Amino acid sequence: MLPPESPAPALAKIALTGLRKAFGPKIVLDGVDLAVNPGESLVIIGGSGTGKSVLLKCLLGLLAPDGGTIAVDGEETTHLSGRKRTDHLAKFGMLFQGAALFDSLPVWHNVAFRLLGREGLSRREARAKALATLASVGLGPEVADLAPAELSGGMQKRVGLARAIAARPDILLFDEPTTGLDPIMADVINELIVKSVRELGSTALSITHDMASAHKIADRMAMLHEGRIIWSGPKREIDHSGNPFVDQFIHGRAEGPIHMQVRGG
Amino acid sequence: MNILAPLGRTLIAFLATVGRLAAFTARALSHAVRPPFYFGALGRQMLDIGYYSLPVVGLTALFTGMVLALQSNSGFARFDAASAIPTVVVLSITRELGPVMAGLMVAGRIGAAIAAELGTMRVTEQIDALVTLSTNPYKYLIAPRLWAGLLMLPLLVFVADIIGVFGGFLVSVYTLHFNAADYISQTWKYLEFRDVTSGLWKAAVFGFIIALMGCYHGFTSRGGAQGVGEAATNAVVSASILILVTNYLLTGIFFAAP
Ligand SMILES: Nc1ncnc2c1ncn2[C@@H]1O[C@H](COP(=O)(O)OP(=O)(O)OP(=O)(O)O)[C@@H](O)[C@H]1O
Ligand SMILES: [Mg+2]
Repeated sequence: MLPPESPAPALAKIALTGLRKAFGPKIVLDGVDLAVNPGESLVIIGGSGTGKSVLLKCLLGLLAPDGGTIAVDGEETTHLSGRKRTDHLAKFGMLFQGAALFDSLPVWHNVAFRLLGREGLSRREARAKALATLASVGLGPEVADLAPAELSGGMQKRVGLARAIAARPDILLFDEPTTGLDPIMADVINELIVKSVRELGSTALSITHDMASAHKIADRMAMLHEGRIIWSGPKREIDHSGNPFVDQFIHGRAEGPIHMQVRGG
Repeated sequence: MNILAPLGRTLIAFLATVGRLAAFTARALSHAVRPPFYFGALGRQMLDIGYYSLPVVGLTALFTGMVLALQSNSGFARFDAASAIPTVVVLSITRELGPVMAGLMVAGRIGAAIAAELGTMRVTEQIDALVTLSTNPYKYLIAPRLWAGLLMLPLLVFVADIIGVFGGFLVSVYTLHFNAADYISQTWKYLEFRDVTSGLWKAAVFGFIIALMGCYHGFTSRGGAQGVGEAATNAVVSASILILVTNYLLTGIFFAAP
């Protein structure tokens, strides 16, 4: 039996404590406490607009948090800059919600970007690795020389995924990895994430709305609501969490304690 | 009292923008002079700013030189000074019109393109992605554009000078019936080295301004397609105004009475 709560933060791969972020008067994160253990796959669920993407961006330092601490491998990261920040970022592979591919570069170069840059591989080696990574997300060599704009949305997402995992980073961050994919491809991607965590020993932090996907890839789940983590625990406990917010979310009911901001009607 | 409030607000907003721009410039410069350098990106930008601007800049220079000769003739003929036309053409082109016209044309072409490209990269999170892939956007995106602007505009203006003078020559010889050899010797007679070099220095400054404005407005754009459009407009307008203002200041520095 796993311990119900995370172990001491010092052991955690990622430890967020009291993380706060507001945009003007709008408070998005209001004291998020979250720990992810090494080699664990944590899935964050939560309604649209609750700040899940903002949470990942704070973790990467793309947005400066207003308060709280972010420790990675036990090291506080909010004040890193220059070379230290670059080294820190090298631990991460990130899949953006909108893929965020570089549209001036062909697909293979997107995937090989870090291999060619920071890792200093030759073009030929980097291309070979990029093609192998593309194959693992179900894309053949015929897409390698296309521009990202020539791909469908789901294909772009998979290229983004390939780019995130190509350099085999320590920590994988996936912002809605299966949105926009057909059910079969979604399952391929789920398998791939599970495999990355199992085989590479990476730690994964994913965001998803897709409960089937969440069940497949998660070791633990956490729910973000109104700026806080209102529930977290092993995935098999989510079905009887006893938390009405979680229940409403995982069953997708319009009726319940969570009120969607819908006008009119 | 209420009349002063919007004035003060505008002034504060203006000063805030100047401050942000200064901070951005300092940061961009400090990254532009330190490795790593991305020579591939630099080459692409130099091609874009230099080579692909040649037709536009060349055409502008040609017609400017031609119209200068025509105008000077109609004015100078009134007091028998038509022999000054070659000198007027070459001095106007090399000192002022070459760099300013080229600067304004390139501001329209390149300033807008840089702002739109970086703005799109910003709103589609490509710049964020760049950061997470351990690449500094100031070094990868901004430094090559600043260097390319700084290096290519003087080259462009040098070519524009030649084409502009040639335009004046064409009109003078074929329309105003000057003797071709006389026209050329007159052109050289009063031309000084610094007439040309001052124009090239100006061009380097203008090239830097164009790239800087494009980068600043693109890099800081927000708010989707509309924001990108605004960034492109602001880049062109601010670069054009800054070119005209710095041109006046630089002329004062280069040619102030000794
Ligand atoms: N750069 C920004 N400036 C201002 N507000 C922002 C910014 N980024 C996000 N927000 C606001 O923060 C809130 C959370 O946004 P976020 O993108 O994190 O939502 P999300 O949980 O990822 O939603 P979804 O599931 O729809 O992707 C939103 O209300 C959004 O308006
Ligand atoms: Mg999101």
